[in-house]
Amino acid sequence: MILLDRVTKTYSKALGPALNRISIHVEPKEFVIVVGQSGAGKTTLLRLLTREERPTSGKIIVGGIDYDKLRDKEIPMLRRKIGVVFQDFKLLPNRNVFENVAFALELVGASSREIKNTVPRVLEIVNLKGKEKNMPLELSGGERQRVAIARAIVRQPKILIADEPTGNLDPKHAWDVIKVLEKINRYGTTVLLTTHNVEIVNKLKRRVITLKAGRVISDRANANYHL
Amino acid sequence: MKHKIITFFRILHNGTVNFLRNISIAVAAIAVMVVTLTIVLLSIVVNATFGNTINQITSKIDISVYLKNNVSTSQTKTLINQLQHLNNVQSVQYLNKEQVLRQYETQNASNHQLALAISESSNPLPATIHIKPLDLNKISNIKSFLDTPSVATLQSNPPSYSGSLQTAINNIAHATDVLRKLGIISIIVFAFISALIIFNTMQMAIFNRRDEIQIMRLLGASTNYIRGPFIVESSIYGALSAILSVIIINSIFVTASSTLQATTLGLLDINYATSYFDSHFWLFMVLQVIIGVAIGSISAGIATRRYLKFKVQN
Ligand SMILES: Nc1ncnc2c1ncn2[C@@H]1O[C@H](COP(=O)(O)OP(=O)(O)OP(=O)(O)O)[C@@H](O)[C@H]1O
Ligand SMILES: [Mg+2]
Repeated sequence: MILLDRVTKTYSKALGPALNRISIHVEPKEFVIVVGQSGAGKTTLLRLLTREERPTSGKIIVGGIDYDKLRDKEIPMLRRKIGVVFQDFKLLPNRNVFENVAFALELVGASSREIKNTVPRVLEIVNLKGKEKNMPLELSGGERQRVAIARAIVRQPKILIADEPTGNLDPKHAWDVIKVLEKINRYGTTVLLTTHNVEIVNKLKRRVITLKAGRVISDRANANYHL
Repeated sequence: MKHKIITFFRILHNGTVNFLRNISIAVAAIAVMVVTLTIVLLSIVVNATFGNTINQITSKIDISVYLKNNVSTSQTKTLINQLQHLNNVQSVQYLNKEQVLRQYETQNASNHQLALAISESSNPLPATIHIKPLDLNKISNIKSFLDTPSVATLQSNPPSYSGSLQTAINNIAHATDVLRKLGIISIIVFAFISALIIFNTMQMAIFNRRDEIQIMRLLGASTNYIRGPFIVESSIYGALSAILSVIIINSIFVTASSTLQATTLGLLDINYATSYFDSHFWLFMVLQVIIGVAIGSISAGIATRRYLKFKVQN
């Protein structure tokens, strides 16, 4: 489903590579956790998958799409296939909660009826019922994060990338979010999750990839958190 | 297909919402566009009016060639034929002695004595050829043809050129020519300025919303989905400006012809201008809207381009 082959990403020569010849292979329907210290390259890895950044070298294939052969105008189509929870949420500031989630559906040409049916269900899943009309600035950090999650899952993507989706949440809400991810994974979505949360990693008992200074230093199934 | 239609209406909707949100910027853009479109329309109408005035005057003007009584029919025919083949000749009309007399009689019907003075039997009026030139400013070839000895011998009197009117016409023609050029230059200048202002307005609007655009991009919005609303927005500027400009011109003519009670404004024949404008009202409306929407959407299209490029980094 996701294949990275000796991928290097160097933002600037002076700082050295943010990712250094990493190779990762993720099967369809897998649930993979990426851990690593701040600055280890987790977000960079995800940005390469969404084509926000291009690798300096190496090969990336996602969902059968070879990124070397991807033309610019095909990028929107690629992004619509991947659900992303951004570390900094990236909510649309001029749209309320409902509209933010609806936007993901608008982009795939969903009808207003479909949107009216689907969005409330998803907002319920992330416990945001009653906040539909709030603007992003009127939400707590945790609530914004859950809007971002709702938006990422509303299209039922084949691949879900979640960058620190529990970063602003208390343990209870964090677990609710993780449960949503597990559920969506059970329905067949490949999930790629980055987190600093030791407890979550240890409880999940999933495949854990550890990055350190841009290199994969371990990649194990049913693993615990260690750096 | 259904998705495409839904998406199309969403783009329209988003563009309209943006327009309403940016109403203060919109007012500035519209103001400039109104000036542009008003000038465009005004020059079209003024141009047509001057053209009409000149036509009216020049149509009354011709060159008259008076023939001797002894010129034969075949000589006349040859002459007419030669004249018809000259450059710059629009039409040639031959009147024989009787026709000239009849014309003279109708022209002087009120003056009994003059009419009596010339009778059928002793008709002193010469047969006449009237030549209408295409361009009054370029009759020298006709003139030199009429002056060639072989042609001159056929004539009883020297040809008449409606000489006194000629200079007046030349003046008008010259003035309108200058006005026409000024009109075209100001159309170009103002079209350029308003395109520039719309362009900047759009860039400002886009700059204010570049984060939003970037987020839309990351979520997989296509170029058209992001750009579309901006184009819709500036097309609304264009269409509104067009309608306003037509209303402005309309009220100018209404005021000029009713309040001033004048038929002309300087050289401009207000009556003709008004009726010309009235009879082409919808054509002008459509034309203005097309120009306005074109200026708006093209400048918005260009303004959005650089914000929609995919970052190329390696
Ligand atoms: N756009 C950029 N330009 C230059 N350097 C960058 C850019 N983005 C990230 N970096 C650098 O690349 C390295 C990896 O950053 P990245 O954001 O991938 O880390 P991370 O593992 O996601 O960290 P965190 O856990 O804090 O989110 C860091 O040293 C960072 O400073
Ligand atoms: Mg990060």
